[in-house]
Order: sequence, then structure tokens, then C-alpha cells
Amino acid sequence: MHSSTLIIVLLGFMTLAYYMGRKRSLNLVSGRVRDLHSLPSYYGIHTALWCGVPALILFVLWISFEGAVVTGMVVDNLPQEIQELPPERLNLVLNDIRNLAQGDIVSQAVDETMQGAADHYSSLLRISDMALFVVALSVAILGGLFAQRSINRHQRARNRVEKAINFFLVSSSSLAIFTTIGIVLSVLFESIRFFQQIPVTEFIFGLEWSPQTAIRADQVGSSGVFGAIPLFAGTFLITLIAMFVAVPIGLMSAIYMAEYAGKRFRALAKPVLEVLAGIPTVVYGFFAALTVAPFFRDMGTSLGLSVSSESALAAGVVMGIMIIPFVSSLSDDVINAVPQAMRDGSYGLGATRSETIRQVIIPAALPGIVGGVLLAVSRAIGETMIVVMAAGLSANLTANPLEAVTTVTVQIVTLLVGDQEFDSAKTLAAFALALVLFTITLALNMIALHIVRKYREQYE
Amino acid sequence: MNNNLQQQHDRTMVRVQQGLVRRYRQEKRFQRIGLGAIVLGLVFVSFLFISIIANGYTAFQQTYVKLDINFDPELIAPVGETDPEVLSKANYGGLVKKTMREMFPDVSSRREKKVLYGLVSTGASYQLRDMVMQDPALIGTRQSVWVPADDDVDMLIKGHIDLNVPESDRRIKNNQMVWIQSLQAEDRIEKRFNTTFFTAGDSREPELSGIKGAVHGSFFTLMICLLISFPVGVAAAVYLEEFAPKNRWTDIIEVNINNLAAVPSIVFGLLGLAVFINFFGLPRSVPLVGGLVLALMTLPTIIIASRAALKSVPPSIREAALGVGASPMQTITHHVLPLAMPGMLTGTIIGMAQALGETAPLLMIGMVAFIVDIPGGPFDPSAVLPVQIYLWADSPERAFVERTSAAIMVLLAFLISMNLLAVWLRKKFERRW
Amino acid sequence: MEELVNESGVVAKPLNPEAATEVDMQASYEQHGSGTVGEIYVNDPRMTCRNVNVYYGEKQAIFDVNLDIGKNQVISMIGPSGCGKSTFLRCLNRMNDTIDVCRVTGQIKMDDQDIYDDGLDVVPLRASVGMVFQKPNPFPKSIYDNIAYGPRIHGLSDNARHLDEIVESSLTRAGLWEEVKDRMDQPGTGLSGGQQQRLCIARAIAVSPEVILMDEPCSALDPIATAKIEELIDELRENYTIAIVTHSMQQAARVSQRTAYFHLGKLIEVGETDQIFTNPRHKLTEDYITGRFG
Repeated sequence: MHSSTLIIVLLGFMTLAYYMGRKRSLNLVSGRVRDLHSLPSYYGIHTALWCGVPALILFVLWISFEGAVVTGMVVDNLPQEIQELPPERLNLVLNDIRNLAQGDIVSQAVDETMQGAADHYSSLLRISDMALFVVALSVAILGGLFAQRSINRHQRARNRVEKAINFFLVSSSSLAIFTTIGIVLSVLFESIRFFQQIPVTEFIFGLEWSPQTAIRADQVGSSGVFGAIPLFAGTFLITLIAMFVAVPIGLMSAIYMAEYAGKRFRALAKPVLEVLAGIPTVVYGFFAALTVAPFFRDMGTSLGLSVSSESALAAGVVMGIMIIPFVSSLSDDVINAVPQAMRDGSYGLGATRSETIRQVIIPAALPGIVGGVLLAVSRAIGETMIVVMAAGLSANLTANPLEAVTTVTVQIVTLLVGDQEFDSAKTLAAFALALVLFTITLALNMIALHIVRKYREQYE
Repeated sequence: MNNNLQQQHDRTMVRVQQGLVRRYRQEKRFQRIGLGAIVLGLVFVSFLFISIIANGYTAFQQTYVKLDINFDPELIAPVGETDPEVLSKANYGGLVKKTMREMFPDVSSRREKKVLYGLVSTGASYQLRDMVMQDPALIGTRQSVWVPADDDVDMLIKGHIDLNVPESDRRIKNNQMVWIQSLQAEDRIEKRFNTTFFTAGDSREPELSGIKGAVHGSFFTLMICLLISFPVGVAAAVYLEEFAPKNRWTDIIEVNINNLAAVPSIVFGLLGLAVFINFFGLPRSVPLVGGLVLALMTLPTIIIASRAALKSVPPSIREAALGVGASPMQTITHHVLPLAMPGMLTGTIIGMAQALGETAPLLMIGMVAFIVDIPGGPFDPSAVLPVQIYLWADSPERAFVERTSAAIMVLLAFLISMNLLAVWLRKKFERRW
Repeated sequence: MEELVNESGVVAKPLNPEAATEVDMQASYEQHGSGTVGEIYVNDPRMTCRNVNVYYGEKQAIFDVNLDIGKNQVISMIGPSGCGKSTFLRCLNRMNDTIDVCRVTGQIKMDDQDIYDDGLDVVPLRASVGMVFQKPNPFPKSIYDNIAYGPRIHGLSDNARHLDEIVESSLTRAGLWEEVKDRMDQPGTGLSGGQQQRLCIARAIAVSPEVILMDEPCSALDPIATAKIEELIDELRENYTIAIVTHSMQQAARVSQRTAYFHLGKLIEVGETDQIFTNPRHKLTEDYITGRFG
């Protein structure tokens, strides 16, 4: 609430600064715009930027570090014995203090120290908010005044403004790089911590996955074994099933659309098929769990097969349906990129359409199609919601599509959703899995994009 | 020589004729396979929609039970009491129970009574409280009030409970059946439009749950996402398309953006968890963090679409502006951006639609919490529509199945209108140079 | 060999080119309303075209063309770009069918068979009327597979050895065998432009057609490669009927016996190549070959 008020006030200040800067520049030359280096509005923008940007940067930094600083101060004030708790226990206490301060339910009885800490916490937050308000507004006023004072008719306001915009453009485009670096770092660090506890070889080659670690020494049934092979196998199985559905249907419908369908049929069928691409994955997951899985189970029963109600088949088939439009639009692109001359050459020899498609167009488009299929595979591997909702949690090492399997993404979700201690091998395992997931999909994407690009260049 | 060739040609023609039937059969078969693939795809689409709608349309109605409530001053407060403090703490549950007992005086055993009370929703007492708080004059009067039925009764009335199943496996027992039938005989049971579904937040009770909280959460999340991804995406596209020198650095950025577009969404969730929540200490479950994560996720989509839009503006426009002495920045802001804006907006809307349907990364940043309150801003904990769907889909009650489907219908309605908007925008501003 | 008689006979009244007078021409002009000057008819036609009109949607691209294509000769079609010569060529093996909006009226007969007859199958038609395109378009397959493609789809070979023979003889006839016999399994796209075009000619020959249509076959080639192709066309004339569209008048003069001049979709003049280039009868033809436009 406070923050949005502050932002609105800052925006108001910036508007004000714009008019002040503009007015001052005009006054300097008594309205003769030609004597100014830049148009008056540039002086206005220049002033407004000086007024708003430093304050906004301060605001963002403040908000980002406020939590950590305040928490640190609260911890410093806690009794010695609480401070010496192991980090995960300390975190629990801190959570309770925060909840208490917000008036929410807490996990343990509220005692004197807790209440005191909570009061301390909320008073610190209040002070911090007030301080931010005052500091940010003063910075804004000072910045605006400074810029307004510095205006003179030779000041290169336009160049400065353009420089600022250019800086914004460059940093915006670099954000993609920082995102990637952020992903790599956040996944890598936790993974390294995981591999300090569990050897890499056990993770990559282990045949058993059972991440429930014992919290107390006397607990039974929670071995904490982290062999990821069953997950890889499950992911592979479901991806394979999905590809068996998506590639033939997607490819054939793309071929039909591109080579056979009349204009009206295409105009009707294409958008309808593309609807499949716009449906959220959670909907597919629900569809798989509610409709498709029972359907397969009943069909299996009537055939005398035992089909698990969370069979890999159901998840795979629905995932395949989801990927159909993806495969078909990529194939459509590459098929259309095959030059007409190829078709002419084949028709000119008396080939029928299907002969031309099968023997000339598809071989010519093959690299592009392979690239598209690789992208689809990477999609299937990274798909989460369908498998979370329709595939199981049990890490079976099986090639039978009628049984339940689990996947990398399902395990990431299960390990990270709900209560978690941040340092246990169980939680860290999710990051190790994510590292594998990221690496594999990245490699697939790189290869696929490379192939597709090479293919496009070939016919350009 | 010529004769020889003529013979060869004749032989060829004979062969060609011989093969024709087989080849045309192949041709037909191939064409049929292609058509079959499309039809199969269309069947999937319709099957999906039919399954969702068939499961979900009943959720827009809710069964209500008419109770003749005696607003007994003994149970609430003396007549004339207006202090909200007192009124809000009164025993409205007892009021409902008493009414039920009066309607079925035969029910005597403790266990049976409990089952009887279960016919109406626990929300009935809140409804009575709100009525009294609004109009304290009700105290001491007798009113007919329609209160929501329990979800199991609702399911029975809607025909979702199979009465051929043995009683022990059934959510509605035989004695409940008798009571319900007698209520029906007195016209005390009715299906009405389910306004609760649109005005309430989440609840453990299906009949009291609604999507308003999730819709608000989705709205705030999307707003944050839009505020960040649109300016940054457009700026990045402008830089890469108009200013960037062709060097290694821009090459790396390009490859990077293309790769990011294909990174699994759950990985973005982990990024959000590690950076925004664990490093910066932002709170869990809030639209702010959700919006930040989704912004990073949709950025590549928006950048790619915006670059395509910029590419489609012919160079002659730029040359004309530069030719009259505009600076490159002025050329872009005055001439190129306005022309490319429809394309950029289209790409942005599609990116937003993608963000609206996204679930996995939000699970990672704790947006799966059970949140009853309707969020008032991007800093309040909230759910979003797809996550609400996921949570409900996980719930065992049959009544949540139809609510899940109904929520999906609402979500799809939003998505379809966003996509239609994008199509309309593209059609309206499409320009051929 | 030229005097080989067409057993099926000729439909249109043959008109002796030598006997053609101004009056006769006027007659043919009025008879068909085409406005074409010169000898439309030949004694021994392989293909006859009558009142051919071609439309792209609303737009008419070819106006009322009448033309015979004689057996075992090369006829070249010249004219400024956009005059419809390529469009007309593509009518001769119904390649225009692949363009949705394209519509052809009139009558084109090949050895007495109307090729636009509803019951006619384009597959055998295209097997007997081969085509070579402007840009060499070898399939992205090996050299061998490029040549073998036609025989394979039509089922022309009895066994592998027979197919080898067909490939070798086609390549030999296209004058490419010596150059490629050691690298038959390398991709056809790896050859030079001129070689690629001869590969495409060999590919067309492999299904032993009677007519070969060539749509500016040398426009993408350098002069040396062009010379080779022209040489090849001259050799092929012995056995095949060839219709070639070219934008180079010199090429038309070098390779063809008859020349047809198209202008804005109309066939303006047709006649012996020598006569067209030395003594054009129509003003437009004269302007074109003397370089006043084009």
C-alpha cells in the first residue's frame, strides 16, 4: 500500500519536474526556441529523469534488501539460545515472528520473546517504510532541482536524454543474458551443495529414487536414496509416447494443410487446431486425469489388462495432443520453405502429389522437420502440469506404458511444493534435477535451432 | 535411332498406364491419412471441450434449501440489539440446527441429527449472520430463507450420485435420501444461479468456494507482468533491431533469447524461488513475485514478436525521417514505433495469454497456498486461476470436479477473448507495404 | 528422319509453309481470330494448340493462341518479359494445374489426344511431355537418385541393372555421364550450375518423353555452360520435340528451327527462325529483334 502511494507521488513529482524544466529552458531564451540547443521538451524530460530515476533506483534497492536487513536486526535482538539454533529451525522461528507480526496463525505457542520480536519486527518495518518515503522523496526533489538549475541554452539535453534511453534499451536487451545467468547460477549453486551430500555418480546412475530423508534418526521407511535413473526413464517413456502421438498427427496434418487442403478448409481447420496450442497445460492435466486416464483404465480392464490409473500412457497421449499444433506449425513452416521449383521438378516428371511429398518434399524438409521434432521433445521433457496431475509419484523403473511412472518435473514440483527445509538433500535434489532438465533442454534447443537455421539458409 | 526411341517411349507409356491404378490408390490413401490426421486433431479439440463443458456447466447452478428460520432472540441477541460486536458473535449455527430439528422432529439420535445438519452448507450460518448484521430488526421474526445446500446434496440433485451403488459407498445415505425427498415434496429444494462461484474466494466447502480471489490474483499478476515485460520487451526489440551493432555480443543475446523462449517454464519458477524469494526475501505467494517470474518468462515471446513487427516497417520510412534531419532516436519514436505498435501489442497480448495460463512456475514460488481472502493488491497473498484449477482438481469432493471444469471454462473464456483481441488487432492494423 | 509420317494423322488442315501467302495468312488470321502472322501450322505436328486462353483469376495472361509444334524440331518462343511465353509453355504439360487460380480454355492436342480433356490423366501426359526449368532444380538427393526418380515412380525398370542402364543412357544422352560417372552417390546439388541443368535434362530424358519443354534453361548459367546446353539441345532434336522459351534472341537463332514471338499475351508472329530474324513480317517483331524494346 505504502509502496504504491510512493510510486504515484514520485510520478507526480516527475510530471512537475518536466514542466519546470521545460519552463526554465523557455524562460532562459525568452521563448525563442531556436536559441536553445534542444527542444524545450527535452529539457523537461531531462529534469524529470533526474528527479525520478535515482529515487526509483533507491526504491527498488530498498525494497529488495529491506526484508534481509530487518530480519537480521530482529535476529540480533533475539535471545542467544535462539540465535544459536541451526539455520532451518531459526527460519521456522522467523517465519512465526513474521506471521505473528502480520496477525496470522503461528505454528507454536506464542511466548514473551516471540511477541517482543514480532513487535520489534513490525516497528522496524514501519520505520523502514517511513524512512524510505522521506529519503526517496528528498532524492527526487534534490535530483529535480539539480537538473533544473543546470539548464542553460547550450546544454545538450536531447543527447543526454537519448543517451539515457539508449542505456535503457541496452540494459533491457541484456536482461535476457542476466536471466540465463540467473537460472544457471541459482540452479548450479544448490546443485553443487546437493552433490556435496550425494555423489554425482549415485545421482546419475542410481536405480532407486526415494527422496524422503529421515528428519529424526529413529524414523523408519525413509531411506533418502537419490538415484535419478527411474525419473529419466519415466520422462523418456512419456516423451516417447507423446512423440508417437504428436509427430505423425502433426506432420500429416501440416502436409495436408500445405499440399492438399482447399483455401476454405484451411481457413476453418487451422485456427481450430491452433486452439490446442493456446489451452493452458493445467487444463490438459485435468483432462488427462479426469477423462483420459479412466478411459484407458476401463478399456484396459475390458481387454483384460491392468492399467494403472496414473498410467504413463494417459499422460503421454495427452501431452502428445498438446504438442500436435507445435509440431504441425513448425512442419508447416519448413514444408512451405521447400522451394516451389522442387515441386515443379517432380510434377514435371509426372509424379503424383503423394509421390512428390514423400520422395521430394519430405526428404528436402527433413532437417527442418527433425529440428522441429527436437524442439517438441524439449517441450515434452520440460512439460510439468500434465505429468504432475496425470502421472504418478512412484519412481518405477519400467518400460510398460500401462504402469505409473514419474518424471523429472513431477519430482521437482513434489520436492519443492509444501513445507520445505532449504538445506536438506531432499530440497536440494530438486535443483539438481532442474540442472539436468535445463542442460538437456538447452542442448536440444541449441541443436534444433541450429539445424533449423542451417535449413532456412539453404533455401534462401 | 528415332524408331528405337519411339518404341522405348511406347513401352514407357504402357508401363505408366499399368502403374496408374496402383499409384492413384496410394495417392488416395495418403490423402486420406492426411485428412484423418486433421480430423483426429479436430476430434481431440472437440472431445476436450465437450468433456470440460459437460463436466462443468452444472457448476453455474447451485442447490438451495428453503428454511423457515425463526430468528430467536434467545439464540442471537435481545430484540433491539444493534451492536455489531454482539451480533457477529451470536450462535447462528444453532439457529440453523434448530430449524432443521423442527422440520424433522422424528430425528432423535445424536448421530442422525449430525447427519441431518449436514444437509445444508456450513455457509448457511454466515448467511444468517450477514442478514442480521444488515438488518437487526429481523431478530424475533420468522423468515423463509434460501440457504445453500451441502455439496453432497447438490451433487445428488444434479444427478451426479449413482443411487445403485451400495449405501456404504455412497456419499448420500438412505436416511438423507428420505429427508431430501420430503424437502423436495414441499418445494423446499431449488437450483439457482451460482453467484457464490463468482463472488467468493477459495473454500474447503465446494458450495462456498468461488473464483473471485483467483481472478483478482491473476489480474494483479498479469498487471505486474505486463508493466515489466512490455516496456522491457519493446526496448530490447528496438535495440536489437534498430541500434545494435552486428557483433558477438548481439549474436549471443539473440541466441540467448531464442533459447530462453524454449526453456521449460518450471525452470523460471526455480529462478524466482532462488532469486526473488531466497535472495531478495520477497514474500511467497504474492502476485508481485508471480508477475516478475512470468515477466521473465514472457519476455522472449514479446521480444521476438516486437522484432518481427519492427522488421515489417519498411526502411524507406526510416530513410525519410533521417533525411529531414531527425535523430535516430526521434526516427524510432516518431515514425517506426507507432507503425510497429499494433504488431507489438498483438505479440504482447499473446504473451499475456500464455502467462495467464501458466501454472508450473507459480507452484515453485508458493502460489499454491490455500487462500480464502480476496487479494486487494499485488502484495497480498493470492492464488491465480490456473493454480486454483490445479488445487481444485486435486480435491477429492465430486463437487470440486464440476467447479474445476467451470473455472477452466472461465479461464478459457479469458484466453479466447484475449486471442480474439489479438486477431482483431492484427486484422485492423494490418498494413501491406 | 524428318519425313517420318505421323500415323495418327493430323487434325488441323496442314498448310504448306512454302505456299503461305499474305492472303492465306489473312485467312488463318480470320479463321481463328488470333491475329498471328506467319505459319501457324506445320505438316507433321506433335502438338497443336487452338484458341488457347489462359487466365490468372480475373486477369487474362494468354489471348487466343494458335500454334503447331512440329515433330523433332526445336521451336523457340521469344518475347519481352511478362509476355506470357512461359505461361504458354506450362500449358503444354498442364504444369499450370499446380496454380490454383489458373484457368486454361481452348484446345491443346498431342498426337490427337486433347490434353485438357476431363478424362485425361496428367501423370502419363507429363511422362511424355518432360520439362526443364529456368533454375536448375535437382532434388536434394544423389545424382543417381535424381535420374532414377522418374523411372522409379513410373515403375519403368525391371530390376536394378535395368535402372542402372536407364540412368547411364540418360546421362550419356545429356552429355554428363563422363563427368559424373565416378560420383553417382554424391548429391546432385553439389554439381555446378551447368551440370545441374544437364542433370535436370537427363532426369527428364530418363522417362523417355516425346516432347521436352524448356523454360529459359540457360538464364541462370554462364556462357560456357550455356554453350554446352545449346549443343545438347541440338543433339536432342534428332529424337525429341523441343519447345524452348528464351529471352536471348541469339539463342533462339542458334538452336531453333521455328520461332514464335509473343507480345503481351498474344502470339504475334511465328515462322522459320531464319525468316523471323532476317525478315520479320510484323512491326512488333521487327521492333523487338532490332532491339527497340525488350
